[in-house]
Amino acid sequence: MNKYLDLFLTFARIGGLTFGGGYAMLPMLQKEVVEKRGWATEEELMDYYAIGQCTPGIIAVNTATFVGQSTAGTLGGIIATLGVVFPSLIIITLIAAFLQNFADLAVVQNAFAGIRVCVCVLVFNAVMKLWKKSVVDKKTLVIFLIVVIGSFFFDIAPTIFVILAGVAGIILKNKEVQA
Amino acid sequence: MGIYLQLFVEFFKAGLFAVGGGMATIPFLYDISDKTGWFTHGQLTDMIAISESTPGPIGVNMATYVGYTTSGIPGAIIATLGLITPSIIVILIIAGFLKAFKDNKYVQSAFYGLRPASTGLIAAAGLGVVTLVVLNQDKYALTGSIMDLINIPNIILMLVLYYFTAKCKKTKGLHAAAFIAASAVIGIVLRLGGV
Repeated sequence: MNKYLDLFLTFARIGGLTFGGGYAMLPMLQKEVVEKRGWATEEELMDYYAIGQCTPGIIAVNTATFVGQSTAGTLGGIIATLGVVFPSLIIITLIAAFLQNFADLAVVQNAFAGIRVCVCVLVFNAVMKLWKKSVVDKKTLVIFLIVVIGSFFFDIAPTIFVILAGVAGIILKNKEVQA
Repeated sequence: MGIYLQLFVEFFKAGLFAVGGGMATIPFLYDISDKTGWFTHGQLTDMIAISESTPGPIGVNMATYVGYTTSGIPGAIIATLGLITPSIIVILIIAGFLKAFKDNKYVQSAFYGLRPASTGLIAAAGLGVVTLVVLNQDKYALTGSIMDLINIPNIILMLVLYYFTAKCKKTKGLHAAAFIAASAVIGIVLRLGGV
């Protein structure tokens, strides 16, 4: 089979069969990319994940670009990435179209009233998980608090916080080394 | 500016500045909602639920959903492409010097600051969702009674869900979609939407 088509189909399958992205996608990537196709070794895949976390963007997308690029160059990177997002495009468009037509039904409105409560809890749980890895000392706690207050009460754009926090990280860490 | 170009630019920004996975795109979507009025905070909460309970990366699902809601199928495609374009560019650039990038002192220290900021942004977005769910602002505006302001059934459901998703050992490993489906059923049975 054509190498590019193979990349597209493999990543489309990974995108269409994993729920949640990120780490949920890892076992599927191990099976499809490492064991079945030999496009990357186990170690390379772990490196891609580590770097995917220290680069902007979605980890699943970053990993797809990495594997595609190392297998078949720049075009391979683009095609693997398009593959991983393709099922989302189809599935979500169908659901969104369906809901747009039925949003006024009482049963749909009541269901989503319950679901919204669940989303609160899920976001809270996600924050608690991230908290353990990110708020590691007093300085990071201060950054966290400034961002929460600035973002929630003053509606400052997230982009500004991201840029400032990156700069703050470099300054704070390098001071530590000097002191 | 044409709506397609604006969609692409907004999601390009989200893809470039959202650090640390799907949930990190949520604060950017709130920002887009405030700036453009393309969708409400309530709709955004529904989109989070659907993105969590369908296959595929959450961030990509959200982009597709927002794009579709804003301007149909072309919107869905353009928003998704906007979101992934920065990733593709950044990764293709650093693919040549992987190890050097990962171990670079400046990259590491930037992420020391970026991680708590990203957590903070998601927490603030979460507070927005909580306000929406816990407070009955519409009803309060009508009656002016404090008893109508606080949505007690929602608070009880929230505590129950927290127990089953984070504390109860038997159920906390279950997939988010299971809890979302259960919440939908509870919402229908108890008529939480008030209709």
